[in-house]
Amino acid sequence: MSPDLRTRLANVELANPILTAAGCAGAGRELAQFFDIARIGAVVTKSVMLDPRAGLPAPRMAETPSGLLSATGLQGPGIEVFLQRDLPWLLARGGRAVVSIAGGSPAEYAELARRLSDAPGVTMIEVNLSSPNLADQGRHFTDDPAAAARVVHAVRSHTRSDIPVFAKLSPDVPDLVELAVACVQARADGLSMINTVRGMAIDTTTMRPAVAGGVGGVSGPAIRPIAVACVYEVHAALPDVPIIGMGGVRTGTDALEFLLAGASAVAVGTVIFHDPSACVRILREFEEELEERGVRRAADLVGAAHRPMGAQPAR
Amino acid sequence: MSDFRPVQMRSPVLTVRRVDAYYAVTVVAPGIAERFRSGQFIAVAVGGEQSSMLSRRAFAIHDVKPDYGGTVEFLFAVRGKGTAWLAERRSRDLLDIVGPLGRPFPLPRDPVNCVLVGGGAGSAPLFPLAHTLRRRGCRVDFVLGAASADRVFSAITARRVAETATFTTDDGSFGVRGRVTDALPQVLEDAPSDVVYACGPMPMLREVTALAARYDIPVQVSVEETMACGTGVCMTCVVPVVGEDGITRMARSCVDGPVFRGERVRFDDVGTIPFDALGAPGWKARGDDPVSAREAG
Repeated sequence: MSPDLRTRLANVELANPILTAAGCAGAGRELAQFFDIARIGAVVTKSVMLDPRAGLPAPRMAETPSGLLSATGLQGPGIEVFLQRDLPWLLARGGRAVVSIAGGSPAEYAELARRLSDAPGVTMIEVNLSSPNLADQGRHFTDDPAAAARVVHAVRSHTRSDIPVFAKLSPDVPDLVELAVACVQARADGLSMINTVRGMAIDTTTMRPAVAGGVGGVSGPAIRPIAVACVYEVHAALPDVPIIGMGGVRTGTDALEFLLAGASAVAVGTVIFHDPSACVRILREFEEELEERGVRRAADLVGAAHRPMGAQPAR
Repeated sequence: MSDFRPVQMRSPVLTVRRVDAYYAVTVVAPGIAERFRSGQFIAVAVGGEQSSMLSRRAFAIHDVKPDYGGTVEFLFAVRGKGTAWLAERRSRDLLDIVGPLGRPFPLPRDPVNCVLVGGGAGSAPLFPLAHTLRRRGCRVDFVLGAASADRVFSAITARRVAETATFTTDDGSFGVRGRVTDALPQVLEDAPSDVVYACGPMPMLREVTALAARYDIPVQVSVEETMACGTGVCMTCVVPVVGEDGITRMARSCVDGPVFRGERVRFDDVGTIPFDALGAPGWKARGDDPVSAREAG
C-alpha cells in the first residue's frame, strides 16, 4: 500500500510535501516542459514585487563547492503581469500556487497581499523578508525582528483569512528563534526556512568579486546542515507552527531529513537548476523511503527526530 | 509548440575526440537530434550524480546525425573542472543532457546570400546552420577567427560547405593576421550579402553588428553568456535587449536567446543594468504618475 503523502500547512492541505523553492522555478512554466506541475505539492513562485524589477547586473552567479553563490536582485515583471499572465497559467495547469512576495516597506507588502487576496486561486502567501527595508538604509527586514513583525502583521491584516501567510526567514541573524517568535506573534501562520546564506567568492583571474553584487547568497547542498539545524531549533521552540524546510534538498532522503527535523513540507531549490526534473524525482524517492521504512503517513514523521530514542513512528 | 519542447535524457557517449585545441563529444540522443534546429544548445550536467558542480554546462550543438536513432555532437575547450571531467568521458558513459534549448537562428524564406561569422568555439553552431542554408539554396560565405591556428574551427568543412571561407588568427599562424572584423568588410564588399549570422564573444558580436549596420545588412547574433540552468529559471544569463515595443529588458540568453537580432542587443551596456531598462532603479512606467498610481493601485 502506498503511503499517505498528504501534508497540512495551517488550514491548507497539500497532496504531498514536495514544493519548489521561491526563485528557483519561476512560476512553473519553464519546468512544466519536463513534468506535470500539478503532481507536486505546490509551486512556490519567484518573489513578486509591486513594480517590474531589472535586478542586479551580470555576473549574477558563481559555482561554489556543492553550492551556488548568487545575487540576482529579484528580477521580475511586477504584480500586474504576474496576475495577468503567470498566475492564471499556473492555475490552468492544475498547479497549487504559493506566491512569494517582496517589497521595500510594510505598505508595499500589504498592497501585494491585498492584490493577491483579490485574485482567485492563491493557496498561500510566503513573505520574503530578505529584502532591503527602504526606511532602514536598506538593511534586510530579517535583521530586526520588530521590522519583520511589522511586515508580517501588515501582510496578515491584508490577506484573506483562508489564505495562510508564511514568513521566510534568513539564517544570517543573531537569534533565529527570536525572529521566528516575533513573526508568529505578528500572526504568521507558518515559517519557511532557510533563505540563502551570506557568502562571497573572488575570481582569482580577474581578481574581482565573482558576482557583480560582491556579496551574495549561497544555496545548494553545501548549506543543508545549516538549514536542518534551523528547522530543528525553531520546531523545538514552536512545535505547533508549521514549517516549510528548504536548503540544498537533492534527494528523497534529504526531504525526509527535513521532515524529521520538524518541517511539514520541503522545498527544492538550487538543485532544480542542475536537474529540471528534480521535484518529481525527489517525490518518487521520498515515497520509496517511506515504503522502505513501513511508514504509512508522511505526516507522522514531522519532528520525529525530537522524540526520545525508541519513540520514532512505525517500523 | 509541444514538438519543440526540450527533453532531459541520459545519453550514452559514442565518442570523445581531440580536435586541435577542442574536444568533440558525440552522444546518442534521438529526442534531442530530432527536435534540433540550428542555433540551439544543450545543457550538460557534469561530475556525476552526486556532483559538487551544480551548474549545467551549455554547449552549442555542432552536428546532428541520424546514426543510432539520432546523435548530437558538441565541442568545448577545457577551461575548468567541469569541462575537464567531460573531456575524460569514454564511450558508453552516460551524460545527463537537456535539450535542445533556446531560440534557433531564423532562416530566410528565399535563397539569399548569407555570411557566417564565428569566433573561436563560437563557430560551432554555424556549421549546422550552413548546411541548412545550403539545402535551401542559399549562398554561404564563412569568416572564422580564433587566437591561433589550433583554435580555428573545422576549416576543411568550412571550405567544403561555403562559397568562400576566410580565416583569421590573432597571431597570424593561420589565414589572415587579425580579427574576423578586420576581414569581414572585404567579404561584404566582394559578395552582395543579404544577412549576417554571428556567434562568438560579446566584443566580436558588437563589432560585427556595427559593421553589418554600416552595410545595412540584417544581423543575427548568438550570444555566449554564462548560464547555470539553461532552462530559464535561474536568471543568471541576462543581457540588455530592446524589445519590439522599444523597451529594454534584461533578457535571458537561454530562453529569449541565445539568438537575437544584433541591433536589439545593447552591447555597450552588457554587464550593467541600463538606467532605462524595465524595472531599473528609479524606473517608472511611461506616462504614469508613480505616486498616484501607487495609491490608486
